[in-house]
Amino acid sequence: MMATGIKDKVAILGMGCTRFGERWDMGAEELMVEAFQECLADAGIERKDIQAAWLGHCLEEVGMGKCAAPMGVALRLPHIGITRVENYCATGTEAFRGAVYGVASGAYDICLAMGVEKLKDTGYGGLPNPGSGFGSLFWQWFPNASAPGLFAQIATAYAANHGIADKDLKRSLAHVSAKSHANGALNPKAHLRRPVTIDQILASPIIAYPLGLFDCCGVSDGSACAIVTTPEIARQLGKKDLVSVKAIQLSVSSGYEGSFNEWQGDNFYTAGKCSLAAYKEAGITNPREEVSMLELHDCFSITELVTYEDLHISERGKAWRDVLDGFYDRDGKIPAQIDGGLKCFGHPIGASGLRMIYEMYLQLSGRAGERQLANPRYGLTHNLGGFPHQNVCAITILGGDK
Amino acid sequence: MSGITAYGAYIPRLRLNRLAIYQAMGWFAPALIMVAQGERSMCNFDEDSLTMAVAAARDCLTGMDKRAVDAAYLCSTTLPFADRQNAGIMTTALNLRDDILTADITSSQRAGTTGLIAALDAVRAGSRKQVLLTATDKRLTKPAYFYEMWFGDGAASLLLGDEDVIAEFLGSYSVTHDFVDHYRGADRHYDYMWEERWVREEGYAKFIPQAVQGLLKKLDLTMQDVGKLVFPCLFKAEHRTIAKGLGAAPTQVMDTMHDICGETGAAHPLLMLTAALETAKPGELIVVAGFGQGCDALAFRVTENITKLPPRRGFQGSIADKRTTDNYMKFLKFRDLIQPEMGIRAEAPTQTAMTALWRNRRMLTGLVGGKCRSCETPQFPKQDYCVNPACCAYQSQDDYEFADVPAQILSFTGDLLAVSVDPPAVYGTVQFAGGGRFLADFTDCDAQEVRVGLPVKMAFRRRFTDNERGFAGYFWKAIPQPQPAGAEVAAGKEVK
Repeated sequence: MMATGIKDKVAILGMGCTRFGERWDMGAEELMVEAFQECLADAGIERKDIQAAWLGHCLEEVGMGKCAAPMGVALRLPHIGITRVENYCATGTEAFRGAVYGVASGAYDICLAMGVEKLKDTGYGGLPNPGSGFGSLFWQWFPNASAPGLFAQIATAYAANHGIADKDLKRSLAHVSAKSHANGALNPKAHLRRPVTIDQILASPIIAYPLGLFDCCGVSDGSACAIVTTPEIARQLGKKDLVSVKAIQLSVSSGYEGSFNEWQGDNFYTAGKCSLAAYKEAGITNPREEVSMLELHDCFSITELVTYEDLHISERGKAWRDVLDGFYDRDGKIPAQIDGGLKCFGHPIGASGLRMIYEMYLQLSGRAGERQLANPRYGLTHNLGGFPHQNVCAITILGGDK
Repeated sequence: MSGITAYGAYIPRLRLNRLAIYQAMGWFAPALIMVAQGERSMCNFDEDSLTMAVAAARDCLTGMDKRAVDAAYLCSTTLPFADRQNAGIMTTALNLRDDILTADITSSQRAGTTGLIAALDAVRAGSRKQVLLTATDKRLTKPAYFYEMWFGDGAASLLLGDEDVIAEFLGSYSVTHDFVDHYRGADRHYDYMWEERWVREEGYAKFIPQAVQGLLKKLDLTMQDVGKLVFPCLFKAEHRTIAKGLGAAPTQVMDTMHDICGETGAAHPLLMLTAALETAKPGELIVVAGFGQGCDALAFRVTENITKLPPRRGFQGSIADKRTTDNYMKFLKFRDLIQPEMGIRAEAPTQTAMTALWRNRRMLTGLVGGKCRSCETPQFPKQDYCVNPACCAYQSQDDYEFADVPAQILSFTGDLLAVSVDPPAVYGTVQFAGGGRFLADFTDCDAQEVRVGLPVKMAFRRRFTDNERGFAGYFWKAIPQPQPAGAEVAAGKEVK
């Protein structure tokens, strides 16, 4: 076995991220341009310096359609190789992974990772209906479920299996959301910028039992992108305070959760595996002590809560207590969703992974403004695409380059 | 000896209080008050004639060797497909053998009794050993109509054979008259009815006695020999009068279940027969008649074997398991008689790939998964590699039926965002005893009663309706079984 992992082989040269939200003024193409303009300026290079690109775009039926060509056209990239990737909510991280691997392989010096999603062209709230996007067999037997309903499954199983009273779990979930709203209020690019109280959250209408309106993240339009290169080239180009990739890992369901008999329905099995692989790749042995900040896939409050355990930071069945203790608040031990998270920054699916990396990049290079944390060491981002019982988990760990 | 070897019944759990129809529409049709007593059975939004037939047939086959069934007839006037054999969908759902004769028998309220005669004749002739005969109906009427009050939804199923007969078939007698008391044009949803007085006097009052008397004469029997006289009649007084005219005392006459169920169309004579068999004593003579453009009559002699029939839900179990509603608007919506706004979200594509349905018919229609020969893990769906990560054997699975395996709820939600005819959409992961699980829709449940650990039973239901293409898709749903107060429910942890 020769694999040595990705640690410190690739650094971020520049990043860009649009304001997320209901961007009635823009389609996916224009959103990409907005992020790309910022990214190019930050990287200090020209578009001709980009040798290859990866596009993350999930719901092409309401966005730009299939293929990478719409990106080549929109950004006027000069006939370079562009690959479109799609892996549910891990799509943005997949694009990043492609670009990073492109550089790490030595095939290219400078690569672009772009994530974009235009969700608000459907005519209704919530995520677009999956419709025929589920293939010819799956939808014939899978319940006509919404995303909140699918993730609510975790909450009912978690409460039952750990003997947690409904009201205790609801209170903890409310804390998860209130914390993200407080963080989002500090972020000018966030979709939802209004702080809310625990009481407001608890009083909100049920969407899918036991999840209420404030347990669900925003459905937003947006784009984020990164230009990556080797640390050596980054330094040659005059980049200071390098942020480098410490780990990128993916874990995808095998049918074990959904069809075998061991998984208890109250956690994300992939995330448990994926995080261990990422810690190993990054050389982290005690995540509760070493990881400084988290950007988790808080599509729903329960997803974030259970992920604290899947990341081996909170003990099984105890995350709800850590949450209530403020462990993940901005002034807690490991702040989570410092930029507002999916909850408040928003969740344009293909862009989300890159948006999380964008926040880590800002924090690690000391450019996070009002949200800046003191001396962050490792930042972890996490995406969870699909359903609790069948999903894609993606984790990246970023840190300063020594 | 040939005759009935088992019976089964299905009445939907939902019952509509007839007064609710009057309360909603009495302003428009004041005469409704005359018939606004009792309750009628009504299908849930995901039930139709086919799903009820499957439920009744499963009940009938309880404890029987279903692989021995060598013909199956489905009798109804309201089958979902005009040209796609509905009986074949039913036998696939029941996972009967492929090398059997199947047929839909339709176009008359008499279809149930006519099918029964055809089935018994086949058994008697020795050309079929065991025939499954199922009758079902879910008739639509326009709102605020007497017939909306009188009709009910339901199904009955009989297994006919020549071994272990519980009711010996003595003979049948039929009369056929092109008497148009009502009709339903081939392209219409609703019946067109002629005047009731004429229907009663010239139809029911003449044809039923013709058939019953013809039968008794043919078999050299008299009404005094009859233990139970079974025949539906929409009109209560006429029912009494006909029985009296035939010389039957009130104690000999089976109730039409008008007050508790309503008339279930082609299924009704057989549903009443099922009810009669449930209380029948060995030696008792049962005469059953079915009216509809003439009349069929059949005679059975109950045998000692009836005491040995494996227990089943039957008519009594089905009629007792009820939830009565006063929500007439729900009744209308469930029957697609009103079209409330469903929102853009409901516009999802619903075209079925027939190729995919065919390849996966045992999985989708029959709820058949696999059981690994190497590690014995039951799993759904059946796939090439075993799902047990410690096994992963290749093409190691035998067919494994999940429909009757006990199961429990591992997780659930009540989803108000997902499109549903009856929100919230309740669904969750169902864990089968011994192994196997999948995320399933729940039905026939109150979201408030659902808990992790509750037992569920699986039911064949309509998964979706493709109105654009006139197609209906079917799959299996879980019916939570709330436990009596005080009963302990196993926590999810112990579910394996």
